[in-house]
Amino acid sequence: MRVMAQMAMVMNLDKCIGCHTCSVTCKQAWTNRTGVEYVWFNNVETRPGQGYPRRYEDQEKWRGGWELNKKGRLALKAGGRFKKLITIFANPVLPSLDDYYEPWTYDYETLTNAPLQEHTPVARPKSLITGKDMKISWSANWDDDLGGSSEHGEKDVLLNQVSEKIRLEFEQTFMFYLPRICEHCLNPSCAASCPSGAIYKREEDGIVLVDQDTCRGWRMCVTGCPYKKVYFNHRTGKAEKCTFCFPRVEVGLPTVCSETCVGRLRYIGLVLYDADRVLEAASTPDDTGLYEAQRQVFLDPNDPQVIAEAERADIPRDWIDAAQRSPIHALINTYKVALPLHPEYRTLPMVWYVPPLSPVVDAVRDTGRDAEDHGNLFAAVDALRIPVDYLAQLFTAGDPAPVDAVLRRLAAMRAYMRDINLGREPDPSIPEAVGMGEEQMYDMYRLLALAKYDERYVIPAAHAEQAHSLEELATECSLDYEGGPGMGGSGPFGETSGGAAPIAVENYRALRDRQLSDSPAPPDKETRVNLLNWDGKGSPRGLFPPGNGDRPPAPDSGEEAEPKP
Amino acid sequence: MTASQQQLTLAVESGTGDILLWVVLPYISLAVFVLGHIWRYRYDKFGWTTRSSQLYERRLLRLGSPLFHFGILVVLLGHIGGLLVPESWTDAAGISEHTYHVVAVVLGTVAGVCTLGGLAVLIYRRRTVGPVFSATTRNDKAMYLSLTVTIVLGLAATVAANVVGGGYNYRETISPWFRSIFYLQPDPDLMSGTPVLFRLHALSALLLFAAWPFTRLVHMLTAPLGYLTRPYIVYRSRDSRLGSRAPHRGWERIR
Repeated sequence: MRVMAQMAMVMNLDKCIGCHTCSVTCKQAWTNRTGVEYVWFNNVETRPGQGYPRRYEDQEKWRGGWELNKKGRLALKAGGRFKKLITIFANPVLPSLDDYYEPWTYDYETLTNAPLQEHTPVARPKSLITGKDMKISWSANWDDDLGGSSEHGEKDVLLNQVSEKIRLEFEQTFMFYLPRICEHCLNPSCAASCPSGAIYKREEDGIVLVDQDTCRGWRMCVTGCPYKKVYFNHRTGKAEKCTFCFPRVEVGLPTVCSETCVGRLRYIGLVLYDADRVLEAASTPDDTGLYEAQRQVFLDPNDPQVIAEAERADIPRDWIDAAQRSPIHALINTYKVALPLHPEYRTLPMVWYVPPLSPVVDAVRDTGRDAEDHGNLFAAVDALRIPVDYLAQLFTAGDPAPVDAVLRRLAAMRAYMRDINLGREPDPSIPEAVGMGEEQMYDMYRLLALAKYDERYVIPAAHAEQAHSLEELATECSLDYEGGPGMGGSGPFGETSGGAAPIAVENYRALRDRQLSDSPAPPDKETRVNLLNWDGKGSPRGLFPPGNGDRPPAPDSGEEAEPKP
Repeated sequence: MTASQQQLTLAVESGTGDILLWVVLPYISLAVFVLGHIWRYRYDKFGWTTRSSQLYERRLLRLGSPLFHFGILVVLLGHIGGLLVPESWTDAAGISEHTYHVVAVVLGTVAGVCTLGGLAVLIYRRRTVGPVFSATTRNDKAMYLSLTVTIVLGLAATVAANVVGGGYNYRETISPWFRSIFYLQPDPDLMSGTPVLFRLHALSALLLFAAWPFTRLVHMLTAPLGYLTRPYIVYRSRDSRLGSRAPHRGWERIR
């Protein structure tokens, strides 16, 4: 047994209202730079729908993930090492920008600068790729809320795998939202596809990252990832992906997408797993067996033997404690209501989902029957094959049994809790019908409905003795970076060449560049106070009127002198 | 004979111009090539990339890029065979001068034409496809020019000497000169009688090598051959290598 800790996420899809706050805050935090305009580390897809990039689930076309070869051994679907090197000069299955969308901005300046004219001036869309006028034809979430589904509905990959009947009726049947981030897989095929070895899985918390200094832009990871969550920055020529907000997670904060989720549907916590059994689980012969196989890889953090092995593997004691309190472990293994996204890709993904009961509830309610009654709901789960089969395509490689079981548990919880909320005698037969005890059912309800911040996010901080290694705690002299060679902007060898800046400095500069980029500069710029550049030392420039002696601002205030426009 | 005397006789025998071109320039270019790469690797790891434009356009790239790259790899092998392997070795192996040249010319011309064709497609693509052109830096343009000139001259020299002309045995002049640079006993005289196209090709190549570390061509030196042997999944500890810089002296992590 080789115990490793994995930072993982579960999303409760019943609570997702599709507001895209997670996507927007993630973009603001990570991908608001040139070259990654089209990149969404976090995106929210309407299901049924094509997803982002379009039809990414069609692995016959995109060749992502792993498959079992003729000998029954695990192999990359897009081809092994030799094939990768032979095709390295032009990746045969790289999605083009059309499969994402051509990013654009609007020519807002016309709105303010246009001369007096008969017609109102228009801000034309300008391509961020060519800089020319463009006709907008697609974007992320173009099919949000089933928009245009009469035209595009047929293009959902999963619908083609279910029956003909659904294809014609799905619009009336159901809809839900699927937020997606990088899965931080236990068996990441992006890392396996990287010729340079630049994508690595962190030993401590299992977060999968791209080393920007080692990446050479061979683009094989984009093909390798079946979820298409590795993106190519077309300006820097490097691959970028969701970082699980590691600078935040290292200090015990949840990711930006979780922190800002208005539905509070995300849970973050540790899972302990046996690294020695990963390959075996990923090689499970039957696609439908992968969900159970992956669950078997996870270890019970309360098992004394596991604890002993974890300590032997140098996992700190507070991390083991966190694994015991982990909501992820509870949802996946204790209550068994979370399911992996597309286990058939054999990457052992680590962002799991509580499937939505709402399509079933809605269907029952539409018939005029009591949608809180467990009898009605159970019958509906059995009868409504359409959403169940669809969810099974998404979460269990097509096997409806686990989805059935989860939906019945959620239905039972709904019915059981109604009695309690209405002050009636709770009915113990309801939890029993789904193989749960009353206490356990109530605990599950607490976790799914009431859990507070510190119960949803059980994130042990990285250790203080490692503080110097954490990027966000600047224990080094900041002058090492500021004004150093190649800082910011374009270096001599193309976009942003030169040394990589630490993340904090990079964000700071991006912020400053953005603040300074507007032209013409606001007329009252001289009297504005910018607290964003103030590091808390001394007084920020311009906040107070100059003193009697017109003393210049303290030299030790870390504030940057603002260039004159 | 002392070193200075040797230099003096060298200068007298071969002329200052020859020494500058065939002794000084090769060493400068070699030094810039090696030191430049070391410097770039230390200073600009982040900029060390292919900067692929496949995301913008892929149809022409699918044609041009493999054509060019496989062509240039064969050309590289040909140069290794022609410049580094002495004629006496192939003679010893029983390969006659005629056989060698027929193979070299046929293979070299085919590979050269592939390379040049691929390069033509790539340059055409770079100029005509809007997004690709706007992502082209001045550095790229200079690199393309230098690369194209070198390849065209090389192919022209081969064609002119062997296909049109009666054949030229560069293995008696250029190859020994090339090796003499690495023996640290440079002999510029060997180059004085060579056809002008070969000399121009060598000069443009020397200039290209000097510019190499400062262009996107650096991606060649990090061809990912290690991929064939490394395990599929890379695990890395957070502690050991976070960030791009080694910890400063006195700040190393305590184990």
